[in-house]
Amino acid sequence: MANLKELSKTIPERLSGGHRLCAGCGASIIVRQVLMGTKDPVVVAAATGCLEVATTIYPYTAWEVPFIHSAFENVAATISGVETAYRSLKKQGKVTKEIKFIAFGGDGGTYDIGLQSLSGALERGHKFVYVCYDNGAYMNTGVQRSGSTPRGASTTTAPYGEKSYGKSQRRKDLTAIVAAHRIPYVAQCSISHWNDLITKSEKAFQADGPAFLNIMAVCHRGWGIPQQDAVDISKLAVDSCFWPLYEIVNGKLKINYKPKNKLPVMEWAKRQARFNHLAKEEYASLVAEFQADIDADWGRLLKREALDQSGTVELPKEKAE
Amino acid sequence: MEKVKLVPFSGNQSAAYAMKQIEPDVVAAYPITPQTEIVMGFSQYVADGKVKTEMIPVESEHSAMSACIGASAGGARTMTATSSQGLALMWEMLYIAASTRLPIVMPVVNRALSGPINIHCDHSDTMGTRDSGWLQIYCENAQEVYESMILAVRIAEHPDIQLPVMVCQDGFITSHAVEGVQLFDDKTVKDFIGEYKPRFSLLDIEHPVTVGPLDLQDYYFEHKMQQSDAMKRTLSIIPDIFSEFEKKFGKKHNFVEGYKLEDAEVAICALSSTAGTARGVVDKLRKDGHKVGLLKPRFFRPFPKDAILKSLSKIKALAVLDRSESFSAGGGPLFTEVEAAFYNEKSNPLIADYIYGLGGRDIFEADIENVFRQLIDIAKSGKVKEKIQFIGVRE
Amino acid sequence: MSGKNRQKGWKDIPIGGLIDKGGTAKEYKTGDWRTFCPVRDESKCINCMICWAYCPDSAIKTKDGKMTGFDLDYCKGCGICASVCPVKCIKMEKEEK
Repeated sequence: MANLKELSKTIPERLSGGHRLCAGCGASIIVRQVLMGTKDPVVVAAATGCLEVATTIYPYTAWEVPFIHSAFENVAATISGVETAYRSLKKQGKVTKEIKFIAFGGDGGTYDIGLQSLSGALERGHKFVYVCYDNGAYMNTGVQRSGSTPRGASTTTAPYGEKSYGKSQRRKDLTAIVAAHRIPYVAQCSISHWNDLITKSEKAFQADGPAFLNIMAVCHRGWGIPQQDAVDISKLAVDSCFWPLYEIVNGKLKINYKPKNKLPVMEWAKRQARFNHLAKEEYASLVAEFQADIDADWGRLLKREALDQSGTVELPKEKAE
Repeated sequence: MEKVKLVPFSGNQSAAYAMKQIEPDVVAAYPITPQTEIVMGFSQYVADGKVKTEMIPVESEHSAMSACIGASAGGARTMTATSSQGLALMWEMLYIAASTRLPIVMPVVNRALSGPINIHCDHSDTMGTRDSGWLQIYCENAQEVYESMILAVRIAEHPDIQLPVMVCQDGFITSHAVEGVQLFDDKTVKDFIGEYKPRFSLLDIEHPVTVGPLDLQDYYFEHKMQQSDAMKRTLSIIPDIFSEFEKKFGKKHNFVEGYKLEDAEVAICALSSTAGTARGVVDKLRKDGHKVGLLKPRFFRPFPKDAILKSLSKIKALAVLDRSESFSAGGGPLFTEVEAAFYNEKSNPLIADYIYGLGGRDIFEADIENVFRQLIDIAKSGKVKEKIQFIGVRE
Repeated sequence: MSGKNRQKGWKDIPIGGLIDKGGTAKEYKTGDWRTFCPVRDESKCINCMICWAYCPDSAIKTKDGKMTGFDLDYCKGCGICASVCPVKCIKMEKEEK
């Protein structure tokens, strides 16, 4: 159980005020809460995107800790370099402190252009935490569709129009792709559940190898919601199982939160302007598919949890000759 | 005279051995022909515990340079190696490495850029990155590769330079050909390059820095001005490093290397291994009484304008050999920069461009002799009949 | 925002785009972005620190495990503190400038 009183006394403020993220930005909430997961000194890397751009407008930096940005698709490769320098210099006795490494990338810089460098870093087993702050589009450049944009959402490169209902493809299950790299710790989190998020962050920082946190970041500009509703909207995403909260510890999946009343996904979607058009009668079947996809994924998650938590798996017996 | 011990090393082996003696803290490795042997050779040194370097077996060259940037910003002495498509893939990161002022040293084994895909030697890869802000050293043979790697570390890390350096050699021609190479002893190399003292480090927790910020219109130009100024200053700083190298190892280095230019009337200007071929032709033509000479620029970035002008001041006709095409409709990159260098001079030679060797097309002594004979004609007639020619291509 | 930094020339700034210390953004007061300002009823506050954990702009001041106020230099008036407060002791009020 994360103790906020204790954390407020012991964790240094790593992200200062004065950055130029929008009022009510989900990304900055994620950064602050994730960084509550460790007392150790941290080196932060970020991919090009809202977070990086708004926190480091020369000569202003909101980072009170060492920070590096190099390009868009390579934050995982960049932090791999820093982490390797650390191991090399520590081996030589030139660095003695315990330092933690963390990379932040948006869904654009993680699901799409950053996927290769993320995959390489995970495969190599660097000891770092990767946080994807997933707001479901390339927000910094004006809400363009990404591999994480939900089907049916309107973005500026897959807008709702006379001949289109928005993005026609389903979003990638990046958390599963990352888990397939067999890293020690993978989790999905949401700012609506701060205790779950901070606890998972603590586990991520303690993992003996790469750790990945996929955290849903509300973007009120891109989603079309009032700026103070970030947390409420996140809770609806979790309660509708659009964004289930689970973790995969050394390959074993555990669901951390099962909503008592699983809400229909439209309870979440209808609050956002990017989904407004789905209220139309002509999109009823699309909405039904949306719901069916969520339900199927949730069902698979429950099955996998049951399998992983049950212990051994019975292999089918060979037929006798 | 004391006999110098030579080992049979290829250009790639020489580069790998230099890296071994430099013993960087971090090396990022990705394979690409014809550079692969450098990272392979170095990996074996690591596997045998001969170096303390931490290797990062990256999944692409873009990630190789990204990881180098991260490692160098983390205070580590960092290297990688590449060629052709690999260099092209890391193109954006080259600019970022230079603009972040990180002293990364990278052997580049020159190979033609696709398309079509070709694994053989030409200079289109490194010429394509000539505006990236990296220094570029071109090497004629394995010995020069070996020595230039060691020099490059001191140049890159000089407190008033702080720029990354590419050490280039001809793909297959130099990288894979075995020559007799004189190696220096480990201690002298280590003494010369010294301990790496990074300007800053992300691992210096007490002094947090931000690397790679966003510059708006109000600061980008100033940061570029700093880079421009640094590159200009290298011309006055590097000669001191040459002197130190000579004192330590007894080997002379310079921005350019002239051969029989003192009384030459015509000359060829060529980079890398082709200069070696041309040297033999100079000797042959000299025997017949022709006053011919050769200029081999060793540095292309910074562009050693003064050294080139000084070397060629008395030349009447000059042929620049370009192993790449800029597709500017105005000749190759070496030619255009050499010709521009002469623009404000009171007297300048008649200059012609000869583009050759693309995609590993061989250039023979006979071809070079033909160029010299054309130069002799040009000097006599005072006219350049064909400004830009292509050697060895079939019509 | 102070304009004095805009006068620095290329000789006066660190090379390579380096920002050579942390937290310089604190010189940039985003407090003037506000339309609404958070106001807290201290008597209702239970010092749970949830507002502190959520403020996107690190604008909740704390001391010894107690919430001591809002840092109006940086508070952008987003209203998230008011929305997450479990006892609803924070209200967003239109700020008179």
